[in-house]
Amino acid sequence: MPKERVGLVSEIPPGSNKVVMLRGREIAVFNVGGDFYALLNRCPHEGAKLSRGIIVGLPESEIPGCYRLSRPGEILRCPWHGWEFDLRTGKSHCDPQGLFTRQYQTSVEQETSASGTCGDGGLTAETFPVTVEKTVVFVEL
Amino acid sequence: MSIIESARAATVTRTDAGIIDCDIHPLPKHSKSLYPYLARRWQDHSEQFGTHLRQPFINTTQYPRTAPLICRRDAWPPAGGPPGSDLAFMQQQHLDPFHVLKAILIPLFGNVASERNQDFARALATAHNDWQVAEWLDRDDRLRASLVVTQDDPVAAVKEIERCARDGRFVQVMLAPRSSEPLGRQRYWPIYEAAQAHNLPLGIHSYGIGGHASSGGGWPSFYMEEHYATTMGGPAVMSSMVMEGVFEKFPALRVVLVEIGFAWVPSFVWRLDRLWERMKGEVPHLTRAPSDYVLKHFWYTTQPMEEPARPEQLRRCFDWLGWDRLLFSTDYPHWDQDDPSYAFKMKLTPAERKQICRGNAENLYRF
Amino acid sequence: MLRQADSFPKVDCDLHLTLPTTGELLPFLDAYWHEQVTSRGIDRLELTGDIANMPAAVRPDWRGPVNLEMVQARALDAFDTDIAICNCLYGAQAVYNADLAAALCSAMNDWLVGNWLSKDDRLRASIIVPWQQPELAAKEIERRAPDRRFVQVLLMVMGDAPLGKRSMWPIYAAAEGHGLPIGVHAGSTYRFAPWTNGWPSFHIEDQAAQSVGFQTQLLSMITEGVFKEFPKLRVVLTESGVTWLPSFLWRIDKLWRGLRMEVPWIKRPPSEIVAEHVRVTMQPFDGPADPQIVREMIEQIGKEMMLFSTDFPHWNFEQAEFAPQGFDADLMNRLRTENPLKTYPRLQEK
Repeated sequence: MPKERVGLVSEIPPGSNKVVMLRGREIAVFNVGGDFYALLNRCPHEGAKLSRGIIVGLPESEIPGCYRLSRPGEILRCPWHGWEFDLRTGKSHCDPQGLFTRQYQTSVEQETSASGTCGDGGLTAETFPVTVEKTVVFVEL
Repeated sequence: MSIIESARAATVTRTDAGIIDCDIHPLPKHSKSLYPYLARRWQDHSEQFGTHLRQPFINTTQYPRTAPLICRRDAWPPAGGPPGSDLAFMQQQHLDPFHVLKAILIPLFGNVASERNQDFARALATAHNDWQVAEWLDRDDRLRASLVVTQDDPVAAVKEIERCARDGRFVQVMLAPRSSEPLGRQRYWPIYEAAQAHNLPLGIHSYGIGGHASSGGGWPSFYMEEHYATTMGGPAVMSSMVMEGVFEKFPALRVVLVEIGFAWVPSFVWRLDRLWERMKGEVPHLTRAPSDYVLKHFWYTTQPMEEPARPEQLRRCFDWLGWDRLLFSTDYPHWDQDDPSYAFKMKLTPAERKQICRGNAENLYRF
Repeated sequence: MLRQADSFPKVDCDLHLTLPTTGELLPFLDAYWHEQVTSRGIDRLELTGDIANMPAAVRPDWRGPVNLEMVQARALDAFDTDIAICNCLYGAQAVYNADLAAALCSAMNDWLVGNWLSKDDRLRASIIVPWQQPELAAKEIERRAPDRRFVQVLLMVMGDAPLGKRSMWPIYAAAEGHGLPIGVHAGSTYRFAPWTNGWPSFHIEDQAAQSVGFQTQLLSMITEGVFKEFPKLRVVLTESGVTWLPSFLWRIDKLWRGLRMEVPWIKRPPSEIVAEHVRVTMQPFDGPADPQIVREMIEQIGKEMMLFSTDFPHWNFEQAEFAPQGFDADLMNRLRTENPLKTYPRLQEK
């Protein structure tokens, strides 16, 4: 599967996302505690852009009146109707089998590139090739 | 097929015939936005005393909503101000992409219908209507307005209807279903007389703080319950207007129930008919069965759309309601809004879609 | 002694017994309450909204004093009923003084035993409880539960507070503990206006409001977690109108998806909770004349959901035609026997 370049890891700090158009599809790439997840940027319910939702935890309870918040930062609430999606799987919380958004494989790789040489354009000095090591997120479509 | 695939299959392209949106909510940019339309005395009152409603909080609702200002999170204008306050952003985000031919404004923010200080309410009503004209209708000719009135002061309400009805861009008289008394009661009849005389439907949008508990069983705990209870303002209005004989007295009156659901209607109408069979002696002013009045006088906006597990049951619901009774609405920019492309979870023929998304509103509002 | 129960009894899940006056309860009141009732003239507690008090709503051949012979002939024999669950709606559940309520409710239950259950072994009853103070209501349940002829606990649909509120939970705990369903019956104590927009002019509007009351109050029980806290509890919605149920379930399932975070103890669609815990008596049935549409509604509601009832003496049908058009014979058999026996475990006891 071809890999599409999303951007530098440093562009997508934890808790944020970056939206990219890749081969006609709008994809939102989320950083969940250092892991990257790519989802089709369209809520399966009514098409809202998931990238505009809020990142929250998962409210859980075994006893009416007792609340706990698990999985902080791993749940997306759609910006419209507030339906909850697991960022790690793209599945809705209330109907994981029937309602989910498409998920794409991501990878994080080192990318090296040559930067320019140093020099002041005047006196010629000894130059050294400089490479920049960058960590980049890719999505496999 | 995954859900995402089937949703795409149901999509109608946005370059279709265009839609009429029967429910959008404008907001003022800030608390003094209405000042140009309020006398100095009322600007001062607003600052010194503020609104006076039948609820514990000054500045928020009794049941916290699930999103700030009840709005979808992506509708905050980049240039600032709350959702629905920036016409340019509304055009860019909503009116243009959905090919909205007409959109009906429903300004809820001032709670005019529920303001306890009736002098202040009168000033606010006039200000709301002038604000709609100057800052909305005059700036985008797709927009139409709802006439805000002091429903607890029918004399003033009639005056305001007379004043604003001259501007044909006011397309309905706006009333709150959560009123001090059921809306069919005779104290409200002067308003219906004026509305009928000016060929204006009533636009009854779910809201209001009338001072009565959300349900006959009391005040619930959760917003989830409150959301449902506001929908039950629909049968409250229908029952009262039918049984009080409003449609006997005002046979040309049309009533639009906005954002108050529609799926409850068939069962409720069957119930009214059954009760009337036995108890018609109590309401001898009715000359026909309740269902006759409902079929003739009520329309319903579609948002929030129902989503039964078996979509064919929704189609049957439309059959029983009447396909000519449904008016498409988005409720932009509220959180539970419907997107025109995805709102219908069942297949509609192009003719059906056009009827609901445009034709019925054109007929009702005489666009 | 209970008569040898038929293996396939025909059950009527809602038969009304009316108390003509508080005087009927005097034999069952202690000295203090006896004197209170007589010296103060505490009487005429018939309820507004109980249509048994509205002659127009009572079938003409069922009008008049409700006595044993009349009930036997017209409510039991006429329909070949083997077991009938009697619901008594007298105003004890509407007084504000919880102690007076407790005394009257206890007397009513004694009256039910003495004047009815002991006189015809086809009769069963719902326990009347002073729900104004749930702890007292729980005590009354404990007192009555050993008498197996009490098969349900009776509440009205609209009272002091929404039915799901935790303050009500002592009632549910006691009922669940004894395997007694909660019968939520149409009716109101008028603590609040019947509609969210106030007090309508006509009785017919109050009656219309009842079906909405069932919706908001069932929703309260669901959202507050009553069925989570009391997983064996069953609720029978009695005289609700029935056909509001499918669209109600569409809506609350949708609301749950977006608002689940408020009520995270609800871990599955509310419609599944209702299918498991809730049943509805079939009369009155708010349906159209067209039997085809009635059949569609039955399919939407679910055949396992409904329980047969005559709602005697309310005027819902003529003669013995208790099945509306569209209710076929197989369905009626199921509603009369299988569904009630599954819902009320005590009905199967010999």
